[in-house]
Amino acid sequence: MKRYAIPLGIFAILLVFLGVGLRLKPQEVPSPFIGKPAPAFTLTRLDAADRTFSPQEMRGKVWLFNVWASWCTSCRAEHPVLVDFAKQATVPIVGLNYMDTRDEGGRWLDKFGNPYALSVFDADGKVGTDYGVYGVPETFVIDRQGKIRLKLTGPVTPEIIQKTLLPLIRELSHA
Amino acid sequence: MRDRAAALLLCAALAPGHAQTADAALDHRVQRVTEELRCLVCQNQTIADSHAELAVMLKHQVRDMLARGATEREAVDFMVQRYGDFVLYRPPVKAATWLLWFGPFGLLLAGLGLLFARLRARQLDIESDASDEELPA
Repeated sequence: MKRYAIPLGIFAILLVFLGVGLRLKPQEVPSPFIGKPAPAFTLTRLDAADRTFSPQEMRGKVWLFNVWASWCTSCRAEHPVLVDFAKQATVPIVGLNYMDTRDEGGRWLDKFGNPYALSVFDADGKVGTDYGVYGVPETFVIDRQGKIRLKLTGPVTPEIIQKTLLPLIRELSHA
Repeated sequence: MRDRAAALLLCAALAPGHAQTADAALDHRVQRVTEELRCLVCQNQTIADSHAELAVMLKHQVRDMLARGATEREAVDFMVQRYGDFVLYRPPVKAATWLLWFGPFGLLLAGLGLLFARLRARQLDIESDASDEELPA
């Protein structure tokens, strides 16, 4: 019996390592931005090339910054969730239309609904790069002081809204 | 961006020899920097190797920065600021990565320790066997 103890023990340890490894999500890269001020920018609005927006205008508000594009298929899946969320009108969502064209971006919103207070137009992806965007859609929660408090990579789901976003937004709004 | 490209083209047209060597040097530096950076969409490729849209864009970004006179260190720092240590193929040595850097050496030492302990135990066994044999005689 005793001679099996050591191989069995090693096997158990291996199993634990494998189990932990399977649960890791390497595609979720920890963002270096959490707790840091949201990078400043000035971009034109998607719907009006002559009007600009910069995040400083949102000072004093809790808001969501959502990176999307008309070419992005997971954004399509995420979109109805955002439209629903916008109807509850908890906090404004600002969209970053990422590496898209004004035409296609605009048409996409016309077709599927527009959950955004406004979208800004980042044709060459420079602002996206400043926010460390690597997989659209991405969503940032920004607090009243203009600091990034949370970053989500991938589509927002109703579950994420209930379990993560709403509690955090409630907490930040009272802070 | 487009203006700069046009200016570069113009320079290249006016002074072909010079522009070519400068370009080759820049290419070389871009290559060196992007080989150190992980493409975040296709995580097992470097930015230099990847043809993903993001990688191509970041390659342009690095080239832009270097062409403007940034050092290679600055270009790498620019990426780390945005994407975290994860973009580095050579993770920095710090408390969180000690296990990663020194773990294998630790395992090696542990293995060697075990090996020597075994060898010594065997040696003692053989010696005691030998003395056992001597007894009856």
